[in-house]
Amino acid sequence: MNSGMRSSKAEAVSTIDGHTMIITLSGDIDHHSAKRIRGQIDSDLFIKRPKRAVLDMSAVEFMDSAGLGLILGRIACAEKIGCRLTLLSPSPQVMKILDLAGAGRFIEIKQK
Amino acid sequence: MTNTETIEKKRSGRPPENIRNEIRIELPSSSVNEGIARSVSSVFVSQLDPTFEELSDIKCAVSEAVTNAIVHGYRDKRGIVYITIKILDERTVRIEVRDKGCGIDDIKTAMQPLYTTDPEGERSGMGFTVMESFMDRLTVVSKPGSGTKVTMVKTLGNPKRTFK
Repeated sequence: MNSGMRSSKAEAVSTIDGHTMIITLSGDIDHHSAKRIRGQIDSDLFIKRPKRAVLDMSAVEFMDSAGLGLILGRIACAEKIGCRLTLLSPSPQVMKILDLAGAGRFIEIKQK
Repeated sequence: MTNTETIEKKRSGRPPENIRNEIRIELPSSSVNEGIARSVSSVFVSQLDPTFEELSDIKCAVSEAVTNAIVHGYRDKRGIVYITIKILDERTVRIEVRDKGCGIDDIKTAMQPLYTTDPEGERSGMGFTVMESFMDRLTVVSKPGSGTKVTMVKTLGNPKRTFK
């Protein structure tokens, strides 16, 4: 088993596919990385103003409650510009955190 | 005044004190150390050959406790976060995360799900809920003006692979 000595740097990369923005998150999403990631995502959303956005979580290696705050904040941010946000393929570890907050009530969660 | 709040999901009498191994870590209250604390905890606990889920749970609980110490204990000022991890008996992990920061006035309120003192900063207010849910026992002792100590205990499954 990978004991995870390395803390993986978090990144958010946005691409546009028609009216949909795909935001691919990767690495470790914690309090340290969330602030930087938040700025990147919000900047992309406000500049490109997509009708739909997909937050692809499949490459997220770790997430704690700071990541939950990041997601809930992005739902609110997307709503401000009339954009519908969907979560894609959170890992079982990420899903456990989302379930604790009942995030399924606030956002559509899909698997690839 | 000292506030104490204990949430014990699996009561089994007094916690065992048969310490099989121990590590102590002192880290400056810089947010980059949240990942360092997770990594060190993960490596130390890995000697018990935990399942992926057990290790993920422990990393997440440590991350929450250390982040609380940095953000709420020291309020982003300089200080030291003290972490002690002990392996007790065969399969029990006890983790203490302590700060000498501002302390918590009302622990019961602070531990409520979705409670946050910082809604502008997009904190979810789920830190203590994560610690409580992912570990077997959570104890929070705090003295306003002096600091906070969070103690978390988890007994791992798979008793065939025990500490040597």
